[in-house]
Amino acid sequence: MNKPIRRVSVFCMLLVLALMIRANWVQGLDASALNANVHNKRTVIEAYSYPRGDIIVGGQPVTKDLLVNGNYYKYRRAYVNGPMYAPVTGYTSQVYGSNLLENVEDGILSGTDSRLFFRNALDTLTGKGKQGGDVVTTIDPKVQQAGWDGLQGKKGAAVALDPSTGAILGLVSFPSYDPSTIAGANDQKAWDALVNDKTNQPMLNRALRATYPPGSTFKLITAAAALETGKVTDINAPTDSPDPYILPGTNNQKLVNEAGDTGCLNATMNDALAMSCNTVFGKLGAEIGQQKMLDEAQKFGFNNSSMTIPVGVTASNFDTNMGPAQTAQSSIGQFDTKATPLQMAMVAAAICNNGTLMKPYLVAEERSATNSVISQTSPTQLSQATSSDVAAKLQTMMVNVVKNGTGTTAQIPGVTVGGKTGTAQHGVDNADNPYAWFVSWAKDGNKQIAVAVVVEDSDTVRNDISGMHLAAPIAKAMMQAYLGK
Amino acid sequence: MTALESPAVVIAPKGAPIRRNTELSLLVFAALVPVLAYAETGLSMDGRLPAGMLWYGLGLGGFALLAHLSVRRCAPHADPLMLPIAALLNGLGLVFIWRLDKARELHPNYPAAQNQLLWSGLGIALFVAVMALLKDHRRLQRYTYLSGFAALVLLALPAFFPARAGDFGARIWLHLGSFSIQPGEFVKILLPVFFSGFLMVKRDALALASRRVLGLYLPRGRDLGPIVVVWALSVLILVFETDLGTSVLFFGIFVVMLYVATQRTSWVLFGALMAGLGFWAVTRAEGHVRGRIDEWLHPLAAARGAGVGQIGQALFALGAGGAFGTGLGQGHSWLIGFAAKSDFILGTIGEETGVAGVIAVLLLYGLLAERGLRTALAARDPFGKLLAVGLAAAFALQVFIVAGGVTGTIPLTGMTLPFVAQGGSSVITNWALVAVLLKISDLARRPAPGESLQPGTTP
Repeated sequence: MNKPIRRVSVFCMLLVLALMIRANWVQGLDASALNANVHNKRTVIEAYSYPRGDIIVGGQPVTKDLLVNGNYYKYRRAYVNGPMYAPVTGYTSQVYGSNLLENVEDGILSGTDSRLFFRNALDTLTGKGKQGGDVVTTIDPKVQQAGWDGLQGKKGAAVALDPSTGAILGLVSFPSYDPSTIAGANDQKAWDALVNDKTNQPMLNRALRATYPPGSTFKLITAAAALETGKVTDINAPTDSPDPYILPGTNNQKLVNEAGDTGCLNATMNDALAMSCNTVFGKLGAEIGQQKMLDEAQKFGFNNSSMTIPVGVTASNFDTNMGPAQTAQSSIGQFDTKATPLQMAMVAAAICNNGTLMKPYLVAEERSATNSVISQTSPTQLSQATSSDVAAKLQTMMVNVVKNGTGTTAQIPGVTVGGKTGTAQHGVDNADNPYAWFVSWAKDGNKQIAVAVVVEDSDTVRNDISGMHLAAPIAKAMMQAYLGK
Repeated sequence: MTALESPAVVIAPKGAPIRRNTELSLLVFAALVPVLAYAETGLSMDGRLPAGMLWYGLGLGGFALLAHLSVRRCAPHADPLMLPIAALLNGLGLVFIWRLDKARELHPNYPAAQNQLLWSGLGIALFVAVMALLKDHRRLQRYTYLSGFAALVLLALPAFFPARAGDFGARIWLHLGSFSIQPGEFVKILLPVFFSGFLMVKRDALALASRRVLGLYLPRGRDLGPIVVVWALSVLILVFETDLGTSVLFFGIFVVMLYVATQRTSWVLFGALMAGLGFWAVTRAEGHVRGRIDEWLHPLAAARGAGVGQIGQALFALGAGGAFGTGLGQGHSWLIGFAAKSDFILGTIGEETGVAGVIAVLLLYGLLAERGLRTALAARDPFGKLLAVGLAAAFALQVFIVAGGVTGTIPLTGMTLPFVAQGGSSVITNWALVAVLLKISDLARRPAPGESLQPGTTP
């Protein structure tokens, strides 16, 4: 009987061997895939087992970590002034993942970034727990607060940039939400309420992720294209513009001016911008041509779907294939032209910065847990949107808008302010309430700021006046907050 | 029926060392390792030594000493490795159960370590009783048919008792008040006894009367009787108690013992064929079993709104352990949830001690099984040989079935990891199993009385 017993022994050893091979497979080969599986709660449990680093605004953290000692999770994220900074910080939740800075800067905030490897290894050796690093934003709390206050009771967004560097000074979206309410393990009610609120869309980051028809504010780009292409050389020379303007290639389809018969006939480009003449800029755009308009729009940042600040930004759109009639409409910010508030702030910033468009950025510094700087964002040029000569003419025109035109509500005594209002219809047959825009910049000595504000659902008059009354005061407050005037 | 009737290689030459002191020193380690593991778990989870450490250490040491003394007294020539390995596994199991008792995240979490220690004590008591009362394992041969009958009754019992909601599909428990036992565990000893006795009588007929077809010795039709009966029994267990593990285990034991008794490979092939057939048929008909197979094939598939199933969680736990584990008390294996302390305890071992710990535990099991099989080789009587093979194979198969299920090697079936997992019936059965193996090995390694056998003597 010994021969079969020996064989049974070999069989039993093979069984054990099979188990050992399988154990190596699961715990070795498969381990990283298993650890990365979305259903594996260990990742999240680990992430909340120690405090995250902070997101810092104006030297003060706007995030904090509460020691909750929950059933699964030790810490929970909480936010200071959560709703106001939600478009900046985003949220990080024990159940619902994360977004915006909390998401893209997770490596630093959780301390898992490879640049922190040596420090982490050292901490492991010395028995210190894992620590997250801090992310310092470019946001100016005063600017943010001014935008936030201005948008109360409305629906919209405001973005402020430093034109000379591209640093984002303010990033406001309203209505907003408090990310603290969805950070925990049992926040399904709050989450469902936020996600299902289709009318207010509190979690929509309108400043970066919503696109609106830019309306008359787009005339800045048309003006830039006209000057760059040499179509217009003297901003104070009369243009050859009928009123109304029959769209080229159409059967008597008229482009009219919102404000009625206010002198847009053959108006100079300077006056046309101040009065926001559709006829003048529609005709200019059609004559400049679709390709050159597109080139200019793209120099200002349109159609760039890969821009990150480092949070991803939705691309603004200027159609790439249009006939002259559509080009005319697109040149006054209608048809398929759409822009994020950040995009229109970039337009103002480029004009303010003598034609040089700086890449917008939200993160000034990344720091380790011991406050040593890991990386610092240095301003980079995104493009040369116009020559400095053209930019100077555009500045003159924008100052004229604020001094004598539709943007008088943005005047700040003792400060050079340039701006442009806009109103964009939307909805079927333009039935919905229009969007009110104001795009502006202000210079005071070495300090500069560019702001774009959009207000949805304005119930007031459907013309450029709404941009002047609804959006411009918010932009003015933000500029004042920054300049201290 | 004497030992000399069947020629066998005699392993233990005259004057072979008794090795009781080896056993004792190994037992010191077997008690020390779990106590240190207990201390480490307490330090890592609470930052201090566990309060019950002294009692735990004394209890474990006391049990081990008791068992050792009974071996010294009643089976002085027995194998020196089996008892320390069993004690080590039992002690480690207690630590892991205690560690999971402390997992407040586990809901519901009924403290189980104390009960398990109590059961271990009962197991040791049974071990001592077997040592003292079973003078010679060949006496068991007298109870061949009684064992068979008892096994049948115990197997059938749960099917007649009302199932409980908490049993999760498999009807393998007997609930007596707050007490529940798994009769199938005891059958693990009874059936090998029955098979050994039965095959002792029948093996010549089964081995010799056969026809040769295509190079295989095919059994005669009427000799097929016993294997068909056992096969049918296994299938019945599967159908009425939906207990895949027990079913496969018993059929596996039978095929192994049949093979050893007859030395006919054809029986193995035949058995495998029948097992495959039965398994296939039941899989088609039985939703519970089919569900288990689906979960095995797609362990990481998550139900809508819920996470992955238990096997998926067990795989996560193993993966999280990596090479050396998270350290005792620092894993999250409580995510496995239900049965984390019993069937899935290997998940905790894997997460907190890594693949190193899993392989160490598997090697201990392999070593224990191989010592049993070595006992079978050394045994001088065919009944002892068959019984030792049966018990050792039962042990190895059970380890494979449960560990294979938890690691996703084979479909999961409800079974306890011997000595380690929570489960009273399992612990006392396994202690009795080791006791019987030790008794067989005692006789095998004992120099034959009044004789001076030469090494390698073959008549």
